[in-house]
Amino acid sequence: MSSSSMVTRVKQKRIAELISSGKRLDGRGLTDYREIKLEVGIIERAEGSARVRLGKTEVMVGTKIEVGQPFPDVPNEGVLTVNAELVPLASPTFEPGPPDENSIELARIVDRGIRESKVIELEKLCIEPGKKVFVVFIDVYVLNHDGNLIDASAMAALAALLNTKMFNYEVEGGEIKIKPGYTPLPIRNYPMAVTFAKINDKVVVDPWLEEEQVMETRLTITMDKEGKICAIQKGGYGYFTLPQILEAVKIAQEKTEELRKLMVKG
Amino acid sequence: MSKRKPKKLIDENDVRIDGRKFDELRPVKIEVGILGNADGSAYIEQGKNKILAAVYGPKEVHPRHLALPDRALLRCRYHMAPFSVEERKSPAPSRREVELSKVIREALEPSVFVEYYPRASIDIFIEVLQADGGTRCAGITAASLALADAGIPMRDLVVACAAGKVEGRLVVDLTDLEDKGGEADLPLALMPNLNAITLLQMDGNLTTDEFEKVVNLAINGCRNLYTLQKEVLKSKYIAVKEAVEE
Repeated sequence: MSSSSMVTRVKQKRIAELISSGKRLDGRGLTDYREIKLEVGIIERAEGSARVRLGKTEVMVGTKIEVGQPFPDVPNEGVLTVNAELVPLASPTFEPGPPDENSIELARIVDRGIRESKVIELEKLCIEPGKKVFVVFIDVYVLNHDGNLIDASAMAALAALLNTKMFNYEVEGGEIKIKPGYTPLPIRNYPMAVTFAKINDKVVVDPWLEEEQVMETRLTITMDKEGKICAIQKGGYGYFTLPQILEAVKIAQEKTEELRKLMVKG
Repeated sequence: MSKRKPKKLIDENDVRIDGRKFDELRPVKIEVGILGNADGSAYIEQGKNKILAAVYGPKEVHPRHLALPDRALLRCRYHMAPFSVEERKSPAPSRREVELSKVIREALEPSVFVEYYPRASIDIFIEVLQADGGTRCAGITAASLALADAGIPMRDLVVACAAGKVEGRLVVDLTDLEDKGGEADLPLALMPNLNAITLLQMDGNLTTDEFEKVVNLAINGCRNLYTLQKEVLKSKYIAVKEAVEE
């Protein structure tokens, strides 16, 4: 995400030139994704988990469910929190320490996609209105950074939620008693994020690391299962024109469909 | 403590809860050069929003290792005063403020000739004294004026405005109530002479057709604010000129 000088100038120039002629250095078309691999249920201790490989980018997401307090303005809804860690082992540019603005932005983009499209039926996660609800923690763990962490994280987060099992319980005198067995987390929507990079006045889908270091700016569009836009985020130091944005929305419509078919079976 | 949500945000005559039409901005008041120590400053009131922006720089970078060899380091801090909202906000920067500081910086940087000041820093501070929806946008509008007031060379001013959907209707410049009770909010920043969109965010729920309309509403809002922005800046320099001539 940070632009460092890891890509040589010659290569930067080559990447940009190729894109103006409609090609990419790694052989993809301008709107092609890298190969996507998905695994779920890989961490037994977590309530749900998933790993997405997007080319060489690798993101793992684990979910945990705990009992906590609801927000005062929505006393009968469960709570959703998304956190992202850019783990130092994932890239020479990641440093240990509290979350920096890049990881906070990443978490908030993923959060917005899930929250605004109302993926989780939070009203079903209420135990005692105003007092006790379930809190769903989504922890995004970046394991290898090779560009487009946003889409990989959004995919992995959704996959992990679909994989999440809630323990059965009953409430006895205000106390929660865990019963045997599990039920899946109530899910009703499948948002997908598509990220564009603007390079030489062209927009390309799913930028890899070296393209991210060349790009002027970035745009992420998240769409729900009905093709409605539920979140948008522009990032980076450049700008977009209105026609470029509208073109991106059109491409995002196709791409989110494509990704959804890949991610959500049946 | 908790405000009761009104039943309707838009009445049967298409009038919004604060009496505005769908495409009407809140009353705006802007001043520039209002802080003594800052190199540039601006103050904006947009409805109940009251926001101060200050610019320090170009100056030496602290800490020094952050200096960039080929351009100035632009830094931005968006911060809300503890008393700016209904329930006291802790003065420590929240995750929201960290994100907003980043997107505001990225919205302003395309307008600044940062390459004129290698190894220097330009620091932008935005303090929200009172918030009522659309603070990031009003903050950008004010910060861009503060940059201009500091005499920093710029390609264009940056002006920002939000639009969104409230009870099925597409409206401009949402208040906090409309944002919370509405279906979508889309803040947008524009360099009006270059037609360059430097900030675009959205959350909520919009079809692609609605999206296009909302973006255009926001752009129109920006253009209206821009006229005001220009006037304020001009009148400051006219005042200086008159003072010199006397």
